[in-house]
Order: sequence, then structure tokens, then C-alpha cells
Amino acid sequence: MSFEVVNPHSIAEALDALSAEANIVPLAGATDVMVYLEAHSLPSCTFLNLQQLPELKPIVPGSRSIILGALTTYRDVRASSVRQQFPMLALAAREIGALAIQNRGTWVGNIANASPAADGVPALMAYDAEIELTSKDGRRIVPLSRFYRSYKQMDRRGNELISAIHIPVPRPGWREYFRKVGTRRFQAISKTLLAGRVFLGADQTVEDIRMVLASVAPYTLRAVQTENVIRGRQLTPELIEKAAEAIQDEIRPIDDIRSTEAYRRRVTSNLLREFLATASAPG
Amino acid sequence: MQVSIVVNGKNQTLSAAPMKRLLDVLREDVGLTGTKEGCGEGECGACAVIMDGLLVLSCMVPLCQIQGKSITTIEGLANDADLHPLQHAFHENGGSQCGMCTPGMILAALYYLNNPGEAEDLREALAGNQCRCTGYTRIFKSVEAVARHEL
Amino acid sequence: MHEHFETIGKSVRRKEGIPKVTGQAVYADDMRFDGCLYGRTVRSTVPHGTIKKIRFNPGFPWTEFTIVLPEDIPGKNGVTLIDSRQPFLAYREIQHLAEPIALIAHADKELLEEALHQIEVDVDELPAVFTMDAALERNDIFKSYLIESGNVSDKWRDADVIIEETYGTGAQEHLYIEPQAIIATAIPGESVTIWGSMQCPFYVQKAVAPLFNLPRERIRVVQTETGGGFGGKEEYPNLIAGHAALLAWKSGRPVKMIYGRREDMLATTKRHPSRTHIKAGFKRDGTLVALDIDLVLDGGAYPTLSSVVLSRATLHAWGPYRCDCTRIRSRVVKTNSVPHGAFRGFGAPQAIFAIEMHMNRAAEALGMDPAEIRRRNFLRKGDRMPTGQVIKDELDLGYLMDRALELSNYTQKRSQFEQSNRNRGQKRKGIGLSVFFHGSGFTGSGEVQLASEISLRLTEQGGVEVLAANVECGQGTNTVFVQIVAEACKISPDLVRIHQPDTAAVPDSGPTVASRTTMIVGKLIERAALELRRRMNEPEDFRSAAQQYLSQHGTLVVRVRYEPPTDIHWDETTYRGDAYAAYSWSCDVAEVEVDLTDYGARVTNFVSTVECGRVLNPALAAAQIEGGIAQGIGFALYEDVVLERGAMKNNQFTNYIIPTTADTPDINVEFVEFPYNNPGPYAAKGIGEMPIDGPAPAIASAVAHALGGRFINEVPLLPERIMRDIENECT
Repeated sequence: MSFEVVNPHSIAEALDALSAEANIVPLAGATDVMVYLEAHSLPSCTFLNLQQLPELKPIVPGSRSIILGALTTYRDVRASSVRQQFPMLALAAREIGALAIQNRGTWVGNIANASPAADGVPALMAYDAEIELTSKDGRRIVPLSRFYRSYKQMDRRGNELISAIHIPVPRPGWREYFRKVGTRRFQAISKTLLAGRVFLGADQTVEDIRMVLASVAPYTLRAVQTENVIRGRQLTPELIEKAAEAIQDEIRPIDDIRSTEAYRRRVTSNLLREFLATASAPG
Repeated sequence: MQVSIVVNGKNQTLSAAPMKRLLDVLREDVGLTGTKEGCGEGECGACAVIMDGLLVLSCMVPLCQIQGKSITTIEGLANDADLHPLQHAFHENGGSQCGMCTPGMILAALYYLNNPGEAEDLREALAGNQCRCTGYTRIFKSVEAVARHEL
Repeated sequence: MHEHFETIGKSVRRKEGIPKVTGQAVYADDMRFDGCLYGRTVRSTVPHGTIKKIRFNPGFPWTEFTIVLPEDIPGKNGVTLIDSRQPFLAYREIQHLAEPIALIAHADKELLEEALHQIEVDVDELPAVFTMDAALERNDIFKSYLIESGNVSDKWRDADVIIEETYGTGAQEHLYIEPQAIIATAIPGESVTIWGSMQCPFYVQKAVAPLFNLPRERIRVVQTETGGGFGGKEEYPNLIAGHAALLAWKSGRPVKMIYGRREDMLATTKRHPSRTHIKAGFKRDGTLVALDIDLVLDGGAYPTLSSVVLSRATLHAWGPYRCDCTRIRSRVVKTNSVPHGAFRGFGAPQAIFAIEMHMNRAAEALGMDPAEIRRRNFLRKGDRMPTGQVIKDELDLGYLMDRALELSNYTQKRSQFEQSNRNRGQKRKGIGLSVFFHGSGFTGSGEVQLASEISLRLTEQGGVEVLAANVECGQGTNTVFVQIVAEACKISPDLVRIHQPDTAAVPDSGPTVASRTTMIVGKLIERAALELRRRMNEPEDFRSAAQQYLSQHGTLVVRVRYEPPTDIHWDETTYRGDAYAAYSWSCDVAEVEVDLTDYGARVTNFVSTVECGRVLNPALAAAQIEGGIAQGIGFALYEDVVLERGAMKNNQFTNYIIPTTADTPDINVEFVEFPYNNPGPYAAKGIGEMPIDGPAPAIASAVAHALGGRFINEVPLLPERIMRDIENECT
């Protein structure tokens, strides 16, 4: 098993390498890759070391939207002012591994690794994040909620680099919910996870809603159908129960080494109930 | 691949495979065996070091990403015969039993004391450092002893 | 009890503490050897079968490798422990997944890893057995015991209420932070030297010698700083030491075998899973009148220490209660699982879980408080255990329990939680308790057979060096030995040093297991220290007297051998008598919160009262309790060994959950003293294992309490299981 590393000093160099080599894997914080290497589960490849590209680093704040560069770590977000605009990102970051992982792991790496149990992706998706994909041939923007097609299959061409994440700044008034369920408080892979946002109008009518789930489908799941059951209706206990049932048709959890389908189903509905119940509570 | 780094204040230039783990670089190339391997997969925290002011897991950092970095390991804490206050506190308060998690734990504690806003509390700050011996009680006692003196 | 001591009873700082906090402590993998090779193990990928052929794929540079196959073994291919049934390398028949088949060594770790994938083993697979029931049906039993007192069958008619239930505990992985690590060098035909992480250097010596047809003295075993053992390095090092030695023997080079975490979790021993069926008869007032226990352990593919684990489980099965009519039948069975082995508690946690949960069950059925039903039945001085052993201690278990109830505010919290739970919120709270004992040292005849010896030697500085085989693995051996010598010789602890456990230098003081180090070996050290003083005519100033003695006589070494207490009698054949020379006692109270949104239980508070004779070092003793409780919390709530085809499927740190800082509550330990009457040094008894015996039933009963008295009968209490238990109650 041999692993070469290319160390580009400019984005152009990086994009050239991505186009030139067949078997090339971008390397950001390396926290996923190093685990694969330890498990000897990666076939030989060339790594594209992105750490010497400072253009990929900064968080670009803004009032309409913000940009997270490809090298933005979980810690960067926890420490930055954007955490006030996007509280759920800070919550998600807090639950990832522990501090030493947060200091290295990147949001883009989390997206690119495409684990259905990813912790960062649901929060990003709930904020309608868009990914910027750059290659020698140009740039394109893809909504994160449409990025994944099936297990570990994503809308990224071999010569593309996920260069940034764009997130529109939400208008004030959204109520948010983020809960990760693992066997223990920190350092746990999720069994299920719900990142939810809801905007209530007059009379407790749901003007808009986002619900994103981890670990209950082959990829991070935006529960569009269940959102549609809720959107535009008055948030009553009856509607909450209807949604808790509807979500069962949308998720596809399995039995695996960490948990059971039955548990994931039941707890996912519990999270949904908790989300909507706290959202509908006054204040 | 050749890199130049600073370890515990000393310049080191070395050459090794680009994906070699910082953990192995420290233990083999630099010859400092205080940093321990407990799991190799970024879960136990035993290999924690401080790199450019940030707590990182040395088993998770490849050589190609350490160029120019300044690294502090457990060996860098004591000042000759004088123990660092955290080392002294761990010794006085029984924060170490078998000692295997201790280097990483002390560095995580040091990071917490130097960066108080990063975690909500000490438990969260040390949640990435697993100990099988102590039940954590005396580790908290050790760190809190130092925190109090610093206040 | 109120004597004045200089060091005994003081929290003397850990002897090897400074190197541990500075990173200077030398663990096996920190050692450097010129020309060192790394060793790896070729393992079976099926649980049961016959090996037909081992194929080395052509085109791979095999000539660079050292390869050891079973036919290369110079001596006997059997790991000597209690028997020698377990082979170092499976020769024809594979008995479990991950069983070692061949060994390879090379200087390049990466190439070595690749090489493992270039070796194919052709096996004719055979049907395998993975359940205790299947094993029982086939009568595949390693060992069984039967203890009877009185006639249980006649007694049922005297009972007002009969309670019958079955309880289960799962396997548990030690997860010492330092994985298995052994280094071997050899002079082929001559000698072998082993360094490594271990609890029992002389066990390793005894196991490796026959492998090479060498007398034991030609095998030198040196213990390196050991990063946690918990029983996982009691017998397993025998196997890995043999492997490293074989590679060193064949290659003529030093060989390091350091397991990666995944391999360690997959291939090494685990706690024996258990299933215990209890039928108990009670009077309406809670008096226990008849107790019938059937306990089964899963031993895995080879016996290793199963017979002794079963023995301890059997001898702890009845709990701290008086019962004239008791029958305990116990069996450990063979399955095609990776062999199970020693793990702190050694059968007692399994047995104690069952009896303590059963007492709660009875309390519920009788409408009694769990504390009160226990109080009614506690053993007192003069009572007999089912083995016939008479309690000679001034035992006041009611007081031990009451202190724990007081510290935890048990009574008030119990009713407070019941009340708040009635609001049927998402979070429910509960509180539960357990009372338990742990026998110190090997069973009655075990210590006699071990015939442990230690030596003390005067040093040039006028101090004392301790020569013993008991290792420090975090529990405080070094410090306690220092304190005993310092006190008995009347010298400063700074003048006492501990020789590295090295079979070439120290006598065989037995293994570091069974909560025996302080009580049994510490006593030998005390005796030897007093003898040193006598030889120098009870000097005022030990130090200068010692230096003077040395200048006159050159050297002074006192060697002492174990002498059993004269009032302890045990019959191995009838399994009756005084099973242990001393018992320690404890009460745990656990407070939990169960979140009905994710069905997760967590411990929010934990109190433990502990009686272990005189506490030689309060800080170290409390630290042992705290650590054991944390492991007990893991055993109760988080640690699930998922066995697939008999081997650990979730063999990664990320998928085997032990408590982190965020999952461990404040732990409040209080030592209680009864009048001393035990053979330990300064009347100290064992404490290493006891703290892991009690948490599981205390926590499980707290969860049951939180959920409105639901019956819990298995650990680990994973959220999935709690959800299932709640659902089952609802249907």
C-alpha cells in the first residue's frame, strides 16, 4: 500500500493535480483519512494536501450569507461570531468527537466523507447550505440537500474540489432544535440525529420548516415529505402526531453494530415530537 | 518528505513518508516516547499534543501537514527538575494510576486552562481523553487545584 | 485501630508517580532494540474447523520474513496455565475465530501488514457452538461445582413466597489504555528474555519454558511499566510472550509484538458472560429461608482460567445473607467463542448481579423496601456461609448500609423520585442499592499452593529494596509495599525502593490478581521487614545500623514464605470450609436518570461505603474504588461486547463505549472500619476487585425504580434494551 502526497501551493496547482491524476483524494483535516489508513481500508492513492492553501481557510462573514472556506474547522465556527447567526452549527460542532478532533476536522471534510452519520452535514443542510465545487473547468454551486444520491455517492466530479460552503443568513424568528442520540454524551457516533428549524407565523401556523436526519438513511436525509405534511398547517398536538407517523415512511433505518432499526424508528419520532413540542411552546 | 518543526522549543529537521503519523514522528524520529498510542483511531486521546497552540491527536496528523509547526509534548512541560503545576497537581492528587492516559490528559488539561472559553466545562474539555483506571474524580481534582491557584 | 503510624494510613504519594506525569515512564513500546523486528499473528477467520493447508501467495518476498508454523515449535505446543490445552498455534483444529495459526516477523510494519493479506489458510469448516444452551445440551462442560447446606428441596414448603427469576450479564472488554505489548529476545537453544506489559511474570515464565524445552531458569521475564491490566494481562501475556519468543528464537533478532487496538479487542480474553437462575423462598417478614442457584458461565473455546472464575462466582453467589438451606450449582461451558478469561471481579460481578437483583425482586413481591429486606438477612458474627465458613468478624452490615443510605439520602430521594415520576415527564429518576462482599486472595488452598515468597535486601544507602513479583499496573502496589517497609523498619519511604519485577532477580510472590497483593504479599513484606530489624537488634537509627551491618557483613537479605493462617481450613474435594481468609464488604447506592426520549440511562450520583480492614493509603484506596465503580458503570450501562461467530464484532474504541468524563458522576467513597481481625499487614484486606462487583445491580435496580418498578434482569442496560423492556410491559 503506497500513498503519495501532492502539496500544491496555489488553488490553480491543486485543481491541475485534481484534473491530472486519476486516483487523487483531497486531504483537509485528515481526521477521517487517518482512521481509514489505520484500518488499512484505503486502496493506494495520492493525497492532495490542502493545508498549504490559505485561501481555503477563512470564514467570510456577512449579513446576507456567509462563506465557510474548505479548511474551516469545527473549532473555527465555535470560536467565530457566525455561531450567533447559526447556533445549530455551534451545537453540532460541540458534539463532534471532542476538542482535539474539532480543532482539526473540517465541515467540508465531513461533507466529502459522506457518512450517513455525519454530525456537521445535518446542521448545514438545515440552514440550506450550498456547496461550491471548483475545478479547472469552472465553478458550480449545488444545494447540500441535493448533493447526496445514495450511500457514499455524491454529486462531485473526480476533478472537482469542494472549495467552500455558502450559507444564507436566516431571517430572525426561526426556532431551532439539534439533538444527537448516541450511547454516551460525547465521542459517540450517532444512532439518530435531528436538526430541525421551524418558522411559526400567526396562530402557530408553520410558515416554513426544515428537518434533517442522520443515521436513518444511506445518507443525510432532508425529510422533505414530512416537512410538507407540516408546512402551512397549524402546529397542534394532532399535527405533531401525524408528523411523527409520517416520518416513519421517509426514513430507512437499519440494524447495525451500533443500534437497531426499531430503536432508531422509535427515537426518531420521539425527537420529532420533542422538536415540534418545544417549538410550539411560548417564548 | 522533509519537514522542519519545533518540538518543545527545539528545532527538528527530519525526513519520512508524507503520511507518517505525527505520533510516530515524535516517538521514532524525534525520540520522545512520552506521547502514547492507545487506539490509533482518534478516540482515546492518549496521543494528544499541542500543535501551534491547538490540542490535536498526533495519531490523526500526517507528516505532510506539520511543516513549520511548533509542537509541545509532555516532555516539554517540566522545567528541568521543576514540574509544571499540572504535573505537580496530578502527582499530589492521584490523577494518574497506570499512567498511560496521563500525558495526553495533562496536555488536554493544559489546553483547557489556556483556552477557558473553548469548552463549557472541564468535563467537556476532557471528554476526548479516556481513562480506564481513575473514574476521573482525581483527574478533575488535579486540574481544579491548578485552576484555583491561577485565579 | 487508633495506633500511631508514620506512613500507614497516610496518602503517601505514588512511588513511580513522577515519571508517569513527565512522560519518562518506560512502557514496552518505549523500549528500543537494535535490529528489532515486529511480529504479527496469522489468525483463523472461521470459528471451528480443520486446517488443511497454509498457503503463502507466490511473488511476495517471503525470504525476508521470519515465519513460524506449529511444526517449528521446539518444545510443547500448549500454553501452561491450569492445564495446557490451549495451543500457542492451532495445529490441526481451530476452536475459535481469531485463533493464532502462524507467526510472521519483519522490520517493516507496513510490509508486515500487507503480508498478512498474502497468507491464505484452507480450512474445512465444522459446525460451531455459540450459546450456553447448546453447550449444555452437548454436555461440553469445563468445570462444575455443587455446594449444598441443608436440604433445599424440603424447605420450599416453609416459605410464604417463592421468587424465581433468571438473570444475565454480558461479556466485558478490559480496554486497558496500553494494548498488549511484549518484546522477546532469544539465544536459540539457550535462553529467552521477555519484557512486557503483564500482571504475572512467573506465569509467563512457566508458560514459555515448555515451549522451548528449557528449564524455567533459562526464561527471564521482566515486567515493564504496565498501562492497565484489570485481569486482561493475567493470563493472555503467556500466549503473546510465547509468540514473540518463537519469532525471536527463529530469527535470532529481538521481536516486538504490540497489538493494535482492533486486534487486541478481537483476539484477547473478555469477562465470562453469565446466566444465573435463582429460586428463593422467603417468609412474609422477608426472612430468606431457602436459596437455590444455578449459575452458568460461557468459558469460550479453551478453559484458561474458567475453573477458577467459576469457583469465585460460586463462592460469591449467595450474597451477604444468612440462609440455612442453600444449593448452588455452577457450570462453565465450552463454546467456540474467543476464550474468556480473568477480568476484575473474576466471576463475582456476575454472581452478585444475580443475587442482588433477586433480593430487589423479593422486596417488590413482599412490599418491602430493598434496604429492609437486606437488613433482615445480613450475615453477622457467628453465622455460617453455605460452605460452612463461620463469620468471625465483628460484622455490622446494617451499619455499612446505613452509612451509604445516609450519604446518598436514599430514603428521602426514593420517595421524592417516586412522587416526581408520577408526573410522567420525559425524565424519570431512580435510586437503587446493592450490598456485597469480596474474598481477599486465592481460595483456601490456592495461597498454600502458590507458596509465595518475597525478599528484602539492605541497600548501600542504608535503606531497603523490595524483591517481589507483584507488579504495579496503576493500582498502587509499589507505594503500598514502600509504606509497609517504611513503617515496619521505621525508615523514611524515600529509603525504600522496589526492584523491577524480574524473574531472574525476584522470588515468586505469586500473581498480581485476586485482590491478594496487599493482604497476602504485603504481609510477607511486613514479616520480612520486622525480621530485618531483628537481625540488626532493633536499631534506633535503621539507616546507619544498616550501613554498618553492610560494612561488616557485606549483605543482608531476608526471604520469607507464605504461611497460611492457622485458623483457616479449606477442603478442596468437598468444597467446604473457609473459602477465603478474609472478606471485604461494601454497599453501593446509585442514582440514575432515564430519558424516555432516547431511553438512555445515566448515573447522576454514586455512593459507596467500603470496609476493607485498615486502609493503608486512603488516596490510593479511594482511587481504586472510584476506578472500579467507573468500570462497573460501564458494565451496567454502556459496555456491550457484540459477539459475532464468537468474536468481538465492535472491536474499535469508537464502537465499544466506556464512560468518559461526561458519563461518570461524582463518586463519593467512605471507608468504614469494623474491629480488625484479619491476617493482612496492619490488618489490611483486599480492595482491588470489590468495587466492580456492586454497581451493576445498584444501577439496574435504580433504573427499575425510575421506570416504576419494572423488572430488569440483564446488563448492559443499553437504551435499546430499556426501550424493549418498556414496550414489553406495555403490551
